[in-house]
Amino acid sequence: MNRAVAPPPPTVTPSHAVTPAEVTYRAQVEDLNFYYGSFQALKNVNLAIADRQVTALIGPSGCGKSTLLRCFNRMHDLYPGNRYEGKIQLHPEDMNIVGSNVDPMQVRLRIGMVFQKPNPFPKSIFDNVASGLLIRGIRDRAVVAERVELALRQAALWEEVMDRLSQSAYGLSGGQQQRLCIARALAPNPEMILFDEPTSALDPIATARIEELIDELRNDYTIVIVTHNMQQAARISNFTAFMHMGHMIEYGATSEFFTNPQHEKTHEYITGRFG
Amino acid sequence: MATDSTLTMSTPLTAVRLVPTDAFLRRRHLLDRTMRVVLFLAAAVSVLVTAGIIYVLVSESVKFFAQVSIWDFLTDTQWTPVFQDKHFGIMTLLSGTLMSTLIALAIAVPAGTILAIYLSEFARPRVREVIKPFLELIAGVPTVAFGYFALLFLTPIFQKFIPGLATFNLLVPGIVIGIMILPYIVSVSEDAMRAVPDSLREGAFALGFTRLQTGLRVVVPGAFSGITAAFLLGMSRAVGETMVVAVAAGQQAKIAGNPLEGAATITSYIVQLSMGDLPHDSIAYLTIFAAGLTLFLLTFAFNLLAFWLRRRYREAY
Amino acid sequence: MSTPGLSSSRFDGYSEARLLKRAKWSDGLFAVLGLLVLVATLLVLGALVADFINDGASRIDGDFLTSYPSRRPGSAGILSAWVGTTLVMIVTAALAVPLGVAAGVYLEEYAPKNWVTDFIEINVTNLAGVPSIIYGLLALGLFVQTLAMGQTILVAGITLALLILPILIVATRESLRAIPQDIREASFGLGADQWQTVSGYLLPAARPGILTGAIVGMSRAIGETAPIITIGALTFIAFLPPSPIQSSFPFVNFDWLNSPFTVMPIQMFNWVSRPQAGFHINAAATGLILLAMTLLMNGFAIWLRYRLRRNLR
Repeated sequence: MNRAVAPPPPTVTPSHAVTPAEVTYRAQVEDLNFYYGSFQALKNVNLAIADRQVTALIGPSGCGKSTLLRCFNRMHDLYPGNRYEGKIQLHPEDMNIVGSNVDPMQVRLRIGMVFQKPNPFPKSIFDNVASGLLIRGIRDRAVVAERVELALRQAALWEEVMDRLSQSAYGLSGGQQQRLCIARALAPNPEMILFDEPTSALDPIATARIEELIDELRNDYTIVIVTHNMQQAARISNFTAFMHMGHMIEYGATSEFFTNPQHEKTHEYITGRFG
Repeated sequence: MATDSTLTMSTPLTAVRLVPTDAFLRRRHLLDRTMRVVLFLAAAVSVLVTAGIIYVLVSESVKFFAQVSIWDFLTDTQWTPVFQDKHFGIMTLLSGTLMSTLIALAIAVPAGTILAIYLSEFARPRVREVIKPFLELIAGVPTVAFGYFALLFLTPIFQKFIPGLATFNLLVPGIVIGIMILPYIVSVSEDAMRAVPDSLREGAFALGFTRLQTGLRVVVPGAFSGITAAFLLGMSRAVGETMVVAVAAGQQAKIAGNPLEGAATITSYIVQLSMGDLPHDSIAYLTIFAAGLTLFLLTFAFNLLAFWLRRRYREAY
Repeated sequence: MSTPGLSSSRFDGYSEARLLKRAKWSDGLFAVLGLLVLVATLLVLGALVADFINDGASRIDGDFLTSYPSRRPGSAGILSAWVGTTLVMIVTAALAVPLGVAAGVYLEEYAPKNWVTDFIEINVTNLAGVPSIIYGLLALGLFVQTLAMGQTILVAGITLALLILPILIVATRESLRAIPQDIREASFGLGADQWQTVSGYLLPAARPGILTGAIVGMSRAIGETAPIITIGALTFIAFLPPSPIQSSFPFVNFDWLNSPFTVMPIQMFNWVSRPQAGFHINAAATGLILLAMTLLMNGFAIWLRYRLRRNLR
């Protein structure tokens, strides 16, 4: 029954950013099922994540897009009763992220995450960005200071906070806090960064800055972003995946996806008929 | 794989992936496991304390009941463990305890209920914010200070109005204990009242109920199990209260019938005996554990019932 | 005959105005009653403080603080009592704070949902309601008798630590529970393990709440009398425990832990139990100092909590 609605294997068509020859895959979701207790939130999901590209997950609320994203760094393991079935292969060494023999912390050390609401620690700006380094056992002060600066520069926040690194992160505006959280995720230089609706709590100007930032980050990082905003997906992603009721409906290059959807449901969603 | 040493200043952020060393991860894992065990052991201390209390009380009481029959313990009307003619009727001490507790409840139950309704239904939030800390301050006063207050301040005043009130009596300590447990009763029952959903209040107001009617007919019944729990917890504290009665209620162990006279309670008897230097194998020494076991069982029953009632109202809303 | 309609029997003998008047009147009466009870309660607290100031304030001077107890009330002081209280409190704090925080962290952040956790939680709840004198009997039977540790500062400190343990556990749990789940997800999302999350982010954020609980617990321990009487603390102590600091290596000395002692509430109880009025004045003076200490500590804790709540908003 799941087979009937499962999408065809991902077909990657040329887009504005890449030609097929250039695309390599960083991760591959294979027949992934996920359960909150007895409720099945993901049903036989298949998806490939292109290396150093932005992949957007879209769909109506409750479709499972955030659930899928949080599988990538095993966030569901924080709560009891959750269960994975299937695979998320992390290339090149083909580690199954959701495998029961894989330590979730090992996954999270490699894959960073930025959350829906800015969630800085109740500490100084500096300490926030340094967190990921300390967690990895890096205590050399000069190195930490250097990496903090680099991360803040890359998150386009350095100029704004360089004079008040020792002040509380809670003194920053919402948009600044979110960029701080991005800097925090960047500092250890993860292999992949997950964004869970990172601009849903921000005003349009702050949103634009975050989008610019994501656009710059694509050169160095593999990015998966969940968004409830189709325009945002169209603006910043190379690939778009559409989910509905726990199923992966359609997946493809963003340009192709919005101009020529293959699936009836996708067409209905992007033309605003539901969601 | 990067280690601290491979990192230098001015390495571009993306040039080095900061993957922790295996040695660091092993150390971290070991610390995590160790702390989990350490923290568990700390939590388990509470179980050890309970076990220790039960062990001490039961093992010493077993020695006591080897010499005194439980029947005598429960039915004898005299308590004279240090006299030549020994009697061990716990009813004497228990009656003193119950008398002072009843007086305390007679003060704290009506006053506590009125205050809790007032704070949860009448007082503006600002007023409530100011008042509650003052009530908490009462709970912070050392009990021995309340004892002094009862014996040397309140009793002389009461004696002017109540002829026949002895210097050591159960009435004044009972009242003082009532005031002592008041903040606790107010706090627990106000919690329960505030847990009653506003939709119920709105429904009552929509029917034309006044604030007082809403409080008495909707909020109090809705919070009934929580309020009962508050009374039980207050009662448990009153039963276990020691210093006020030890200072102001006298040391005479007898069946307490007149609150104007003094009488020993379970707690004041334990204090009284502990002040002396008894040989630890004497029957008199063992009596404090038998009395303590009685007290423990009494408070345990109240606490357990209150625990169960509170859990019920938490589930209800 | 048809039954009368609902609308025909609306007010039997009552006019809306009368009903409204009655309602307002009863509400007003109750508000006055509530206020009255409140004022009466606060008046008792005021009278208590005033009584101690009135009876004892003039007795407090340098000599009172630096003299040992004596048979003559006029020359008696509380030197051994306040030194004893200080030392016992050091032991209590050193045990209760780490133990209570650790247990609170376990129950809030680590404990799986199973019967062991349930059992521990019921135990903590129950211990919070056990009368303090029962802790005294535990200490007497276990520490003094079975373990033969004697009637020492160490035993008193342990006993009071166990007594205030539930206060610290509950305070720790409540302040951990108040930390948004966001913070935990942020930490785990960076690759932290449980202990890194707890020690690096949760405990620092919970510190003000834990401090509040610790102060309330310590103020309770300072004023606690019954359990210390039960273990047999002496009331006439005319010497000080050995000094914790010494001039020769290793400069610290733990002999004081095994020293006999007295504490301020016991000294006060002893004096109030005597018939002479002179001793009652001493008791009032001691009580005033105790009262000032506990009220200040509680006031500070209340202020801390108030500030904390404002910051959270």
